[in-house]
Amino acid sequence: MTVRGKAAIVGIGEFKPSRYTQGATTLGMLAQVARDAIADAGLEMSEVDGLITEGFAEAPFMAPSTVVEYLGMKAAFAEVVDLGGATGAGMVSRAAAAIAAGFCETVVCVTAARREQPTTPGPKRSATTGWAGRRTDRTPYSEFEEPYGAVGANMGYAMIAQRYMYEYSVRPEQLAQIAVAQRYNACHNPDAMFFGQPITIEDVLNSPVVVDPLHLLEIVMPVAGAAALVITSARKAKKAKQPPVYILGAGEQTTHRSITYAPSLTNTAIKASADLAFKMSGVRRRDIDIASLYDCYTITVLLTLEDAGFCKKGEGGAFVDEHNLQFNGDFPLNPHGGQLSFGQAGLAGGMSHVTEAARQLMGRAQGRQVKKPRFAFVNGNGGIMSEQVSLVLGRENSP
Amino acid sequence: MSDETVTAPAEARAYSKPLPTPTPTSQPFWDAAKEHRLIIQRSRRTGRRVFYPRLVSPYGPDDELEWVEASGRGIVYSFTVARRPTAPQWGEECPYVIAIVELEEGGHLTTNIVECDPDTVRIGMPVTVVFDDVTPEVTLVKFKPAFSA
Repeated sequence: MTVRGKAAIVGIGEFKPSRYTQGATTLGMLAQVARDAIADAGLEMSEVDGLITEGFAEAPFMAPSTVVEYLGMKAAFAEVVDLGGATGAGMVSRAAAAIAAGFCETVVCVTAARREQPTTPGPKRSATTGWAGRRTDRTPYSEFEEPYGAVGANMGYAMIAQRYMYEYSVRPEQLAQIAVAQRYNACHNPDAMFFGQPITIEDVLNSPVVVDPLHLLEIVMPVAGAAALVITSARKAKKAKQPPVYILGAGEQTTHRSITYAPSLTNTAIKASADLAFKMSGVRRRDIDIASLYDCYTITVLLTLEDAGFCKKGEGGAFVDEHNLQFNGDFPLNPHGGQLSFGQAGLAGGMSHVTEAARQLMGRAQGRQVKKPRFAFVNGNGGIMSEQVSLVLGRENSP
Repeated sequence: MSDETVTAPAEARAYSKPLPTPTPTSQPFWDAAKEHRLIIQRSRRTGRRVFYPRLVSPYGPDDELEWVEASGRGIVYSFTVARRPTAPQWGEECPYVIAIVELEEGGHLTTNIVECDPDTVRIGMPVTVVFDDVTPEVTLVKFKPAFSA
């Protein structure tokens, strides 16, 4: 048994990203965005019997029951997903699995990130995630990496990009083009953080290098926001208010936490997760109308294009040259602008790749609508290419 | 005597960056580093080197890990030059090099490449271990180019 066609996305909730949310609580945001998604699906709270949440700082233990209680739900299935940026996609596959297994019929999946304006200038990390110097964890990373300044994701992705350029080859202009195409898309999405601010390849390459070889405009910007989905059984989806978006395939692969110990810096676990998702779905790569690929950095997109099988290894740069990645091009990539231009609201940033794919397949993407899409491929990536979750979504429940 | 008691805590305070908290499993590594020796775990079954120090081998349930000396030689597997600080405590140090070093015997570790111009670091560059006594208690394991430019 697989989850193919057993469940469908029927409701979407998403906040317009903002720089800061003074005084907001994550719990309150999770509840609001859950309510929005359930209302979007045209359902009553009493019809939702499953809850999947992220873990959040205000509820370090028992996050699912905290959200269930706040929403006044009765959950036959309640759990937390902890797959870094792949959490949103992982929630979808787990919701489909729970529904297929008969644990519950309708699941709401919630993610949210609040963000307080810093009171002092300079780089810092939120107290919720911890950083070097704060003993929030006692792991091999606090012991063997943080003492060397190996803190945060930038340096990890920079080392991936350096190694990629050593083993294969990609021109800085080709990586920049990914950011430029997504910014074009964001300029057609009024909800995007960078709406109304088009950029050129020169802008990307002239932006400061933060960690070699990554330029500022190739690095995702943290924002506040929230995203939620309602997923229900195929049976119930037939009567849904919104056109259902079926989960046709799902695959997952986790191999490491720190990039230091990754089996490879350039051949990622995306191959395994994407191969499983495609095989399960019966959908071919060439039938994909929308690629919604996790884009914390431009190099992430390049590796995903290759390892998910849209082009051969080492040919990602040429693929970018040969295709128009705009929502109105021949290979629509991250029509909402991607996280690079929509904004990365914590784990809701990763979830935005699912909400956008669903919105597009429902035909609700307004000024950035891809023409009559049938199938979308979503990839969620957590940590430093650590956790991978791939999804194939479609308008029909059997391709 | 009174000078000494004043000086030592002041020196300890002067080092503001995060320090490792050894575990019983990793303590031999840090003890050796303090003696300016690099040791690493080796899988008895496969002979492969394992880093970071572990209680359990990643090479199977019948395997055991044992500590062996490492030559301290390796190559830069990948690296980046931080042009902006990766954490606030490194604010004054840019540019600095964070790297994954592949040891001659095998095994990857994250470290800094020091005693060189960051712009001369390359993937594949031979490096050799240097021991940085950052506090009286803690010695960090860093690397420098094996051949001066």
